[in-house]
Order: sequence, then structure tokens, then C-alpha cells
Amino acid sequence: MDTANDKPRLVLIGNGMAGMRTVEELLKLTPDMYDITVFGAEPWGNYNRIMLSPVLASEKTVDEIMLNDDAWYAERGITLHKGRRIERIDRVNRRVIAEDGTEAPYDRLLLATGSDPVMIPVPGHELEGVVAFRDIHDVDAMLAASRAHQHAVVIGGGLLGLEAANGLMRQGMEVTVVHLMDHLMERQLDAEAAGMLRGSLEERGMRFRMAHQTEAILGEDRVTGVRFTDGSEVEADLVVMAVGIRPNTALAESAGLHCERGVVVNDTMQTYDPSIYAVGECVQHRGATYGLVAPLWEQAKVCANHLAEYGIGRYEGSMTSTKLKVTGIDLFSAGDFTGDETTEDLVFKDAARGVYKRLVLKDNRIQGAVLYGDTLDGSWYFQLMRDGTPVADIRENLLFGQAHIGDSGHGDEASRVAAMPDNAEICGCNGVCKGEIVQAISEHKLFTLEDVRAHTKASNSCGSCTGLVESLLATTLGGDYSDAPAKKPVCACTDHSHDEVRAAITRDGLKTMDAVFEALDWKTPNGCHVCRPALNYYLLAAWPKDYQDDAQSRFINERAHGNIQKDGTYSVVPRIWGGVTTPAELRAIAEVAERYQVPTVKFTGGQRIDLLGVKKADLPAMWRDLGDAGFVSGHAYGKALRTVKTCVGSEWCRFGTQDSTGLGIQLERMSWGSWTPHKFKMAVSGCPRNCAEATIKDLGVVCVDSGYELHVGGNGGVKVRATDFLCKVETEAEVLEYAGAFMQFYREDARYLERTAPWIERVGLTRVKERLVDDAENRAALYARFLESQEVAQVDPWAERAAGHAAHEFIPITPVDAPPRQGVSA
Amino acid sequence: MSWLAICPLEDIPPLGARVVASPNGDIAVFRAADDRVFALRDQCPHKGGPLSQGIVHGERVTCPLHNWVIDLQSGEATGADSGCTHAFPIRVTDGQVWLDFSGATGDAADDTAEVPVACREAG
Repeated sequence: MDTANDKPRLVLIGNGMAGMRTVEELLKLTPDMYDITVFGAEPWGNYNRIMLSPVLASEKTVDEIMLNDDAWYAERGITLHKGRRIERIDRVNRRVIAEDGTEAPYDRLLLATGSDPVMIPVPGHELEGVVAFRDIHDVDAMLAASRAHQHAVVIGGGLLGLEAANGLMRQGMEVTVVHLMDHLMERQLDAEAAGMLRGSLEERGMRFRMAHQTEAILGEDRVTGVRFTDGSEVEADLVVMAVGIRPNTALAESAGLHCERGVVVNDTMQTYDPSIYAVGECVQHRGATYGLVAPLWEQAKVCANHLAEYGIGRYEGSMTSTKLKVTGIDLFSAGDFTGDETTEDLVFKDAARGVYKRLVLKDNRIQGAVLYGDTLDGSWYFQLMRDGTPVADIRENLLFGQAHIGDSGHGDEASRVAAMPDNAEICGCNGVCKGEIVQAISEHKLFTLEDVRAHTKASNSCGSCTGLVESLLATTLGGDYSDAPAKKPVCACTDHSHDEVRAAITRDGLKTMDAVFEALDWKTPNGCHVCRPALNYYLLAAWPKDYQDDAQSRFINERAHGNIQKDGTYSVVPRIWGGVTTPAELRAIAEVAERYQVPTVKFTGGQRIDLLGVKKADLPAMWRDLGDAGFVSGHAYGKALRTVKTCVGSEWCRFGTQDSTGLGIQLERMSWGSWTPHKFKMAVSGCPRNCAEATIKDLGVVCVDSGYELHVGGNGGVKVRATDFLCKVETEAEVLEYAGAFMQFYREDARYLERTAPWIERVGLTRVKERLVDDAENRAALYARFLESQEVAQVDPWAERAAGHAAHEFIPITPVDAPPRQGVSA
Repeated sequence: MSWLAICPLEDIPPLGARVVASPNGDIAVFRAADDRVFALRDQCPHKGGPLSQGIVHGERVTCPLHNWVIDLQSGEATGADSGCTHAFPIRVTDGQVWLDFSGATGDAADDTAEVPVACREAG
């Protein structure tokens, strides 16, 4: 290497979305590793190509879709050569040569040459007025034509063609769409949806020539018309070819790289020359080429990971979904909807309302989806499809959408968020309004939830508004957000997902946090506040008896065994089994409250007593006093079993069918002290009147005359969700077994900070039933593992601290010549 | 400068913190994984959260109230946030932690800790 600073040189050919995304990801991982040079054939900076349709339709300006301006490159020390097309790659001497003679040597080369629009080579295709729909230049040409001319013909009735046609119509042109097939968007839509789409486009004035093949483009200098193979003709001053794209492989081929339809790459995005990588539309991976943005992002991430020499990411292909960016027309399609004798169709059609939905199911899972007129649930279906969630249990309501399955009480987020005024508060924790988020997204060109969190703090605390923020991203970005990668890393410290980390911990027998960091190539020396608590939980759940809990990886609530309040004080909640107490216990609590001058005493929603406003230094002494009165910690602060709420049941109630109070106490005695991915609440109601509100708990028991109904996945929290019915059992012993087994399954399967409601919606109730109800052996094994981990879990943290454990946590250091603080003893 | 011995290093857990009660408000003393120590006013620049109660990672601490991530060296908020809390000179000699909180002096009215805290000059 002969650069002055001896850094390896990275050259990027192609200043488009895929290439620059890779560079951005790389800079995030390692800002200073390479000397970076970028060549772009277009004379502009890096822009958001997927937004060209809104530019053509005058819904956005070119400036609004620029991603990084010249200053951005300069600030990062990146050399940018705009408007210089690379003519040759000299692999022997490792340099690239541009048309104008500019040369740049490389140690690593990244190809992101994108694709070219396919131009049908009919006579006249080179006439003035014949354009593609690919870059800003094409859009300018179309806009200019629309000002001077009247008649436009768009060849191609696919996604791009229809967006071009819509844009030209919005500019006042008369537009005819010519399509070879007899229905539009045949790769994304079935005939029914395509017919409805055509109908509504025709209503707007768009004309169609279906099943027409272009024979020639007519004209002397400038185009005047189009003739078809059946001899008919149509007048035209502008012809837009939008019949497809072809990966741009010319440069790679001339350099001797192996190409088929695209530049062939492996799972690490390397071409056949290991020092040359390729990403984006120019690439062919496992036989597939992609023309949508989501796969490019996944590729960019993997490629950056390897360029940074982390060497752990793999790209395994993408599942994609499509939306049509034509304002006022809602259309969504994903997966394979062709169907055959092994698939089933679920179809909903309301012609008067202009709504059509079709889901193709195979083996109980969604294989394809076509939505027209009402696409609000598109991303939900896509998620179910991508996760392979079995849908048998929700099949009857599936077509009516997510609002009819879970999430009851809040309704659909996308429509809700669209209707909100700018000053509506989205994130209640951090007080962030819709307007601020939308502004941040457009101003800082944010693409991901993480970006929005970093810039606005929205969705950064309890996370309950995450769905709303995602909807805002989707509406602000124009619908491409839902195509974001399926796999989400735990945090910025790693590329591994929660599931991958968990799998590695058990598979490779990783028993310490350092072992996890080491084995999975963590990017930070000791993680961060996001991954460490998750890892601590996963290790604890996997190795309950071997793993040494790491206090420094716990959020302060769990470290100090109380909820931190806004003023830095804590709250104390003693466990009151099943909500049943005695005058002596109440007296003891009252005395403690007075002794420590507790400012607020309050009943919690879970039938416990909350002592609020306690100074941290007072906690151990208070716990000791409560412990002396027979209390243990209520874990009201933890991702743990919180409470078991009960009604009075058959002991007192004239309707009670079983001893709900006694059963609640047994459940709480069995499960207290257990750590779970998120807080876990139970309730037992003595009859179907459900006074303990058992059907909005993580696990609820409703007693009936003949036994006990078990309900799971309920949530009275930020998203109210009624439980799903799991099964009915006859004895209390069975209730305990099912409850323990359910908790253990949740402990072993859910991601950290995922409550049972979203977990069940993600994995499907069917799967939970298969493992818990249908498989008695597995249920017994889960229950046994739960009880085994409880052997070591049921240690009262209050008693430990009162006895002096981790005393440093509670006692400040008092400097020698400073006055000691009130209430502190060393 | 007025250096004060505050505690042996081992009294601060690795990746943890202790609080020094000073006449002018609490000071959080942090210990990184590599045993370097840092001292910040125990007050997040955002809403005054006790940084000493946060999770320490690398050279940073995450405030327990709203997850602001504060650089331990400079006291500056990181990421897209901006704000700064006062950083105090601190050092370890022979296993003993020394703190200079002369910078925290002011009249007793500052005790309420509502007064905005100026940042230490760079360096």
C-alpha cells in the first residue's frame, strides 16, 4: 500500500442506494478503517431512487430525495467522483480506470453498478422522446415532455410502468399503458386484483391496451406514435419503456468476473474475485436477482460486516413484498400466490367498497398475499409469512385483519397514525409528537426504527409506541419501510438476532457473558445497556444452576429491588400471596411506612401495597423490618413473576365454583422468584364473571363448575389484549403443571423484553398448543425444568440485602471533609 | 486542585458506580471494565436522572430514567442527543481513588442542584 496513511483503499463503483448503504454501514462499524473513493456515473450525489415516482407525480422534489450531499462525503473524508463512469477494472494491478482517465487503486473493490432499464429494440426506439424510467435524468425528460406535449404511451403494465403512467397523468398528459399480458402486474397480482386495479386507473382516465405487442415506434426525429403487431396505432409524443430491468454486469464481465443474469456472489457478497464485493441490483445471489430496496439493505449490512473484517454475517436471500406508490390506490402483494392443489385460498371481496384480499395458505401457513383497496394488514401478513407462523387458530378471522385478532382496544395503527394531528403525542414516555418524528424522518433521511429512536427518543423507553413509529416511518417513507429486513440484531453491538444468540448459548454451552462476547464476535468490549440485560437473562434461563447472575447487567430496578421513580427514590412492594393479608401484616406494613416516612402508600393494580418515595439508602433497613414481619420481595420491579390476582371464590362468593384464592396462592408460591423475558402476571377468577380479570393476564385461570379454563397471552398493559383459550383441565394439580410448563416455554422461547401477547402473536397459538396441550411428555419436561430452576430462584433478594449482600449498592461513599448526608450510615 | 482520597478502587464494582455525597450535590464515580475511573455530577443533562444508577458499558453510562447515553470522559450526551454534565478530575494511585471536586464548589444555594452545570473545558 502506498497511501500516505497506509490505510487499505476501498473503491466503490456506483453511487446509488445499495453501494452507499454499504459504505454507511461500514462507517458505523469502523469509521476509519479504509480510504474510501466513490465513483458515480450520475452527476448527482446519492439519492433515494425509490422516491422517483413521487417526484414525477410532483409529490416530492429532487432535493427532498437526496440522501447524502457533497458535504457529507467531505466530512467523512470520502473522495467522490460524480459523473465519472468507470470503464475498466484492472484486476492484476488492482485499479479502476474511468472514461475520463481518472484512476484509483484499490485493496477492496465494491461493485454496485445497479441495473439498466430494458429497452425493447423495436424500430424507432432511439427516437427523441423515448425514455426509460430509471434516474433523475429520465424524470426530467418526462417532466419536460409533459409541459410541451399531450400524448404519452407507457410500455409495460408492471409496478414501474403504472407509477410512471400515474405520474405523467398527474402532470396533465393523456396516458395509454401498453401491456403484453392480459392483466396488469401479473407478477404481483392475481387476475381479480389486477382487474380491480385497472378499473380504478381507468376511472382516473388512464387508458389501456392489454395483450398488445409493440412492433414499432413511429416518427422522424421525435416520436409521433406507436404501432402494434395487430396493425393498430396510437398517437404519442412521449414513450416510456418500463418493461423491466437488467442487472448491469458489463463492467464485471469485462473484468472477467463470473456473471450469469447478474454478478454472481456468495453469501458474504463476494464475487469470484475475493477482493471484489458486489451488492444491489447488479447482483445474482443463489440464483435470484432483486429490484426492491429491502434486500439491498440486508446485502449492504452483510457486505459491510465482511469489509470490516468481522466475518460473521451471511446473506441468505430475501422474501419481498410490493406496494404500488400511486396515491389513492392501495395495493400490496407478497410471496407466491399462484397456488396449486396443495394450497388453499382465503378470499374476501367487496366490489362495492373496492376491497379484495386473497391469502394463499400452504400447510397452515401464509405463502402469498394479495391485497387491494385495504392494505392495512399487509405488513402483518408479511410478518406471519416471513416467520412461518401457523395460522390455524386465527384462520376464521385472518382476512378481517390484525385488529380482529389481538391488539383489541387500540385498533389498527396505520390508520390511527395517519389520522393523527401533528401535535398528537406518539411516545408517551418521552413526550415526542407526531410532527417531530415526521420532521426528523424527512430532515435526517431516517430509514430505520433505530435511527428514529436515536434522533427523537420516540419508542426508546417502554417501546409501546414502536408500532406507531413504524407506521410513521412507513407513511413518511412512502411504504417501503415495511420491507425492512426480517432479522433484527439484538443491538448495535452485534449482528446476531436474539434467536441466534439464544441458540448459540445452549448449543455451544456458553456459560458466561464474556464467552458469548468472544464466541459471537461482539463489537464492543462489554456490550451496552440493551444487550447486557438480555444476555444476562438468556444465560440465567439456560443455566439456572451454573450461571452467576451479573448485577451490573441488570437495570437499576432489578439491582436495587425497587422501581426507580422520577426523583431518584424507590418504591417497595411486599409480596402478599394471592392478595390475602392479615391485620398483623397490615399493621407491620403501616409501622414500616411510618418509620421510614413513606410519603405515599398505594394499592397496586395487582392487589398489592406499594410504598412509594423511599430513599435508596433506607432500602436494606426497611426490607429487614418487613422481613422480620414475614414479608418477602414482591418483585414488582422485575422482569419476573409479579402477582397472582384472585377473587374470593367458593370460600365466600355465592357464585364461586372453585377455591380461586387458594389456587392463586399455590400458583404464586410455585412461581415467585422466577425471572422471565418480561414481567409476568397471573390471575384466578372463581367463576366466569371473572372478577380477577384473568382474561387480560399472561396466564389466567377461570374456574368453572367442571374444572378450570386456562387462558394465555393476555395483556392489560399498553396494548390491551384478551387472552387466547389454551385448554380446560380438571384438577388444581393440572393447573399448576400447565402454568409452570407455560411459563417455562415462554422463558425458553420468547425474546428478552417480549411479553407473552406479542410472543404468542409471533409464534402462533397453534405452536403453543402443540407443545403444551397435545404433547404431554413435553409439557411434563417443561414443568420439570421450571421446578428445577425454581430450586435456586426462590431466594428472597430482600433478605440477602438486609443481611449485607451487595451493600455497596446502597451506601454512598462519604468523603472525609464533607458533611455526612442525612440518613446515611457507613 | 484539592485531591481527596475517597475510597479504595475495590469498593467500586467493575462496570459499576458509587456515589460521593459532596456538599454541592452527589458525584457519581464509575469504574470501567479496565479499572479506569471516571467522575461525573450524578445528574443526567436530560431530566436529572441519577447516572450512578445506570448501566456502565465501555466508556459510557446509560441513564436509568430515559436511556440517554453519557460519555464518562467528557460528560457529554452521545448519539443524537446533546447535553453535558460536569466531569471531575479523578485518578487512582496504589489502589486508592482520588477525586478533585473543587470544581463543584459554589455558594450553598447551588445545593438544590437545579442550577445548570457548566461543562469542563475540553482537555
